[in-house]
Amino acid sequence: MTEILISIFVLIGAFFSLLGSVGILRLPDVYGRIHAATKSATLGVISTMIGTFLYFLLFDGVFVGKLLLVILFVFLTAPVAAQIISRSAHRIGVPLWTESRTDELKATYPENYQELHRPTESPTEEESRGQT
Amino acid sequence: MAFQILLNILIAIIWVALQNSYTFLDFLIGFIVGALVLLVLQNVLRFDFYMRRVYAGIKLILLFIKELILSNIDMIKIVLSPKLNNQPGIVAVPTQLETEWEVTLLASIVSLTPGTLSMDFSEDGQTIYIHNIHVPDREEMIREIQEKFERAIMEVTR
Repeated sequence: MTEILISIFVLIGAFFSLLGSVGILRLPDVYGRIHAATKSATLGVISTMIGTFLYFLLFDGVFVGKLLLVILFVFLTAPVAAQIISRSAHRIGVPLWTESRTDELKATYPENYQELHRPTESPTEEESRGQT
Repeated sequence: MAFQILLNILIAIIWVALQNSYTFLDFLIGFIVGALVLLVLQNVLRFDFYMRRVYAGIKLILLFIKELILSNIDMIKIVLSPKLNNQPGIVAVPTQLETEWEVTLLASIVSLTPGTLSMDFSEDGQTIYIHNIHVPDREEMIREIQEKFERAIMEVTR
């Protein structure tokens, strides 16, 4: 019974990690990919770690606190990294996907802010066409 | 708040010393006894019992786990749909939270639930710019964040 429970946790974790990878490949712009990379991976890591924790607790009788700390640190670092990457991308003018509805953040920048901070070599013609 | 926790731990230590058995279980029982003493005393001394905040914190964590699972299912639908027909967008969400701690907590929770990603803050920290992977209705999304998370955080910190 416990084996089945642990297997379910680990399989769910693997499934969400796979889904995160699929999301990185399929979603069209950098912001959508950050969603896929950080969020699905977060739940994937959590349920894998819970499965591992339960395995050591129930089969070996060892309380491995490190595994719980992993969950805590993923919770602490993932949002910070996602926020900094997306903010930097938006500030240097990485375009949003053409299907995007609203961009209320762009209005808050000073005039020509994104153009001034754009790196010289990229993005190419084709990429900047998507910018509205 | 800090004073109450110290008092609670002190009661637990006294309990352990009285029991004359120094185990973790005895400390735990002492801690519960201390919490009960504080619970009784709060009506006499008129202070705000800190376990109320602990209770609100547990409620916040449960709400967060529920949202994490539900929004992951939404994310699965978007990623695995044969044709991408979501409408992403960056929405400015005003918040009534005041201290930096509260706003940081809200932004982190918003970032950790899939589908939403806090990108930037306004200068005064009263507006969070949130990138949402699927935003059919702007007002609906703002209302959702304010009613769900903001209220739960306020219960913990105030």
